[in-house]
Amino acid sequence: MAIDVIGLTAERAAALLRGRECTAEELAQAYLDRIAAVDGEIHSYLHVDPERTLAAARAQDAGSGEGLAGVPIAYKDLLSTRGVPTTAGSRILEGFVPIEDADVVRWGDEAGLVSLGKTNLDEFAMGSSTEHSAYGPTRNPWDTARVPGGSSGGSAAVVAAGCAPWALGTDTGGSIRQPAAFCGLVGLMPTYGSVSRFGVVAFACSLEQVGPMTLTVRDAALLQQVIARDSGRDATCTGPREPIAVPEPSRLDGVTFGVPRAELEAGVEEGVRARFDESLAIAESLGARLVDVELPYARHGLAAYYVIAPAEASANLSRFDGVRYGLRVDAPDVRAMYEATRDAGFGAEAKRRIMIGTYALSAGYHDAYYVQAQRVRTLIRRDFDAAFAGVDAILLPTAPTVAFPIGARLDDPLAMYANDIFTLPVNLAGIPALSVPNGLSEGLPTGLQIIGPAHAENLLLRLGAAFEAEHAFDPVPPALRSAS
Amino acid sequence: MSGAWQRDGYEAVIGLEIHVQLDTASKMFCACPNRYGDEPNTNVCMVCLAHPGALPVANAEAVRQSARVGLALGCRIPDTSEFSRKQYFYPDSPKAYQISQYDQPLCAEGSFHVPGEGAFTVGITRAHLEEDAAKMIHAGGDAGRIQGSAGSVVDFNRAGTPLLEIVTEPDLRSPEQARRFLTLLRATVVAIGASDCDMEKGSLRADANVSIRPIGSEGYGTKTELKNMNSFRFLERGIEAELERQLGLVLAGEEVRQETLHFDPATGGLTSLRSKEEAHDYRYFPEPDLLPVTQDPDALAALAGQLPELPVARFARLTGTGLPESTALLLATEPELAAYFDDLAARVGDPKVAANWVMGELQAHLNATGIAADASPVTPERLAGLVALVVEGAINQTSAKEVFQALVEDPTATAAGVVEARGLAQMGDADELGAIVDGVLAAHPDEVAAFKGGREQVIGFLVGQCMKASGGRADAKALQALLRERLSA
Amino acid sequence: MSDVELTPDEVRHVAALARLGLADAEVERLGRELTSILGHVNTIAQLPIADVPPTKHANPHGDALRPDEARPGAARAEALANAPDPTAEGFRVPPIGA
Repeated sequence: MAIDVIGLTAERAAALLRGRECTAEELAQAYLDRIAAVDGEIHSYLHVDPERTLAAARAQDAGSGEGLAGVPIAYKDLLSTRGVPTTAGSRILEGFVPIEDADVVRWGDEAGLVSLGKTNLDEFAMGSSTEHSAYGPTRNPWDTARVPGGSSGGSAAVVAAGCAPWALGTDTGGSIRQPAAFCGLVGLMPTYGSVSRFGVVAFACSLEQVGPMTLTVRDAALLQQVIARDSGRDATCTGPREPIAVPEPSRLDGVTFGVPRAELEAGVEEGVRARFDESLAIAESLGARLVDVELPYARHGLAAYYVIAPAEASANLSRFDGVRYGLRVDAPDVRAMYEATRDAGFGAEAKRRIMIGTYALSAGYHDAYYVQAQRVRTLIRRDFDAAFAGVDAILLPTAPTVAFPIGARLDDPLAMYANDIFTLPVNLAGIPALSVPNGLSEGLPTGLQIIGPAHAENLLLRLGAAFEAEHAFDPVPPALRSAS
Repeated sequence: MSGAWQRDGYEAVIGLEIHVQLDTASKMFCACPNRYGDEPNTNVCMVCLAHPGALPVANAEAVRQSARVGLALGCRIPDTSEFSRKQYFYPDSPKAYQISQYDQPLCAEGSFHVPGEGAFTVGITRAHLEEDAAKMIHAGGDAGRIQGSAGSVVDFNRAGTPLLEIVTEPDLRSPEQARRFLTLLRATVVAIGASDCDMEKGSLRADANVSIRPIGSEGYGTKTELKNMNSFRFLERGIEAELERQLGLVLAGEEVRQETLHFDPATGGLTSLRSKEEAHDYRYFPEPDLLPVTQDPDALAALAGQLPELPVARFARLTGTGLPESTALLLATEPELAAYFDDLAARVGDPKVAANWVMGELQAHLNATGIAADASPVTPERLAGLVALVVEGAINQTSAKEVFQALVEDPTATAAGVVEARGLAQMGDADELGAIVDGVLAAHPDEVAAFKGGREQVIGFLVGQCMKASGGRADAKALQALLRERLSA
Repeated sequence: MSDVELTPDEVRHVAALARLGLADAEVERLGRELTSILGHVNTIAQLPIADVPPTKHANPHGDALRPDEARPGAARAEALANAPDPTAEGFRVPPIGA
């Protein structure tokens, strides 16, 4: 039977399966057909293994079939998948096959999710456009001349293009939320420490989490239920403080939103600002109260982030030395081998960040840069804590612009980094944030970011559902309306 | 100061950096078995192989054992300690950083007293937890990717083993002091049960920082580092050789260069490994994947209270029972011997007697066979049986030696059983002895006359003859007494 | 904003620490890029916040230690499967060199 996968939510897919309106194998095949039809142009997948996918789907059909069993999913190629190549978007891991699944992948398997493949990303999650992938960029399904955002651009594009009902991404400074905003999706950055990072190729350990990228808020909640757990193999993780709840539609009476108006002056595109202001009006119309809040140190977030993240990354990427796995460039001695391997294996952005990080940690600079950045981090968290004393959640645009053209920011690293000014303070503070579609500007999606205190995921999902219901946004790009 | 190395107006300034492999079931940051001697790369996982996505989780038992050692070293144990990344590239370092502790070690300053003749005290700067590196086996130029190259093969079994690094203040003043300190430290750590401290297997490693300075000077000369000396004797000789070398330089008006050296015990020579001038920039920063370790004061107090008798305390106790200091020190610092001695002394009820047997027959046997006290077939229980027979006079010293050998050769034999089987019971019966004495006196009238004529020393000969006649089983003292009695009659 | 100007020597020093073998053209380009980025980042170096405690962990929680239980590791063949130059027993690397 022909299943129309375009715009098909995971929740609906599960209903089809449980209602026996289709089999997991038929559903997987429908997605594989879709991938074959459109992904040549979009290039959201790095690795698809149809035989493996269909075998997994058949296994689900043979099983007891409950809950989400048989629902397909795509995994960002930063998540280790046992027996399936995992590149982190880098040449230095070309051909590397993990010997264990990441915890989140294992839990996906246990829930019966069927992997469609591994999605494209900026190399080692370093980037905001997926242009820094060693395997070529991914195109935004809304406008294939534009970027899908990054670093989880592949995961965003698969969902927006109907090549997977949902996907997992990772977020270190905005890498789930910003591509979600650019591609018209829901993206959740969970509270730091609520999802196990075991098996996730590390970029910046103290900042990143795995999170869902979905068509609806309900789907985000359903996927978060699968992954928000602690396995004991991540010392920074305790799991969520309370079970994740799938939200029902609601009004916003009694809710107070904080709006950091000063931060908005940092420079937001006119159309993005207009959509944001409209959502503020929607909030009030649903019964919410709006209050000005100040986050004075948030403007230093970019600088602090671009010390801490590269510093941690520079150490995390040192293990790629050609000794035990991955690329090795032969040389007469070990040192020459290291240098040749790492020079050949890393792309320009990865090298930039390794250099910044190494510099920031080196003798003489450690206190001025690294420790100072950690102090700024404390101040940003205090700003948020103080704000949350008076408001339930904070609203900001997810990104200051809509998706930009491929190649437009490649020559200016700082301009690229500026994509994340509204998202990275959240990572620095370790608190959760949800991005929901916020209408179009000049035909391109914008995102509304809802930021909450630590462990407030259920609140964020409920608030996001309210905005979602009002916007009634169609997440299918018009150009892709027709099935292949 | 007694025991100090002083030459030509210069004195030695020595500090030690000691690495102790902790005897836990699993590795420091992953659940791989912590075992020595297994086939290469069979105790490894994605964590200790540093695959992408691997995360460390700290071993609670390693933390506990480290605190116990710190307490035994008199260290202050701070409320919080944290892990740090120490970054350097080497094939034996899979992450290209070692998880260690930099500015917040588990154990802070302490002090360690070495008793006995020339007693001295050494300051402990700190003790911290870290993970061991992998092992590199240097290979010949066989069929590798580059033909004819002599590279290495890396075995990651050891990577991730918990290590406690103990750093001393530069308070040691002679190679001998260094050896005595390390011996007592080893005994202490073994007594605690934290490690088997086997220098040959590498579960105890010591590097020495060595310098010299004019006697009475407050400053420090340039220090060199002597690495990985794998026995106490080599440590002592290596430090001695390095002090001589530095003295030679200084007396010749030359400067001591900061460098790392290796001592070759076969030649007595020192070779430079690398200059410390290319000092590593380890780029330390707090380990983001691990949370700080906190200590509960009540739990620490309980750990301190539950420590077993430590060698220093044992030394005091043994000297208190009247044993000479040298014996007490040996028994205090040889953990296996000490355990054996305690067991034997309890059974025979007399520490001096037990000490004689341990220092005498047992030591000779252990030296000859090269086994440890706790591996000997002559267990304290079996030896106690033998000692009892001697003490009660059932056998004499000569027979006792024979019985001891029998116990060595036949692990199932008992002392009493051997005595009976071989008829070694001491002849102590007055009539039996009397008969032998009379017989010998009758057979040697010349010696009898000589004795009566004033040459009393012939009694030794007569005792010997009686012993022979008794088949070696008579009590020599009783024979002497009887002979004298008969001869003066 | 204070001036942070990275000389080619400094760039090479940092690259050596990170074991990145950079070509001359890369050294020059990275010098410019790093100078630009660090110039921006340097704004925080000037902030008068020396008495603020640094955040090392975002949401620290209680006991993060693991009980001392051993589990068998990976099979050796699996461990060596990704190795660029394996022997039957281990991971071969070129000579250490100077």
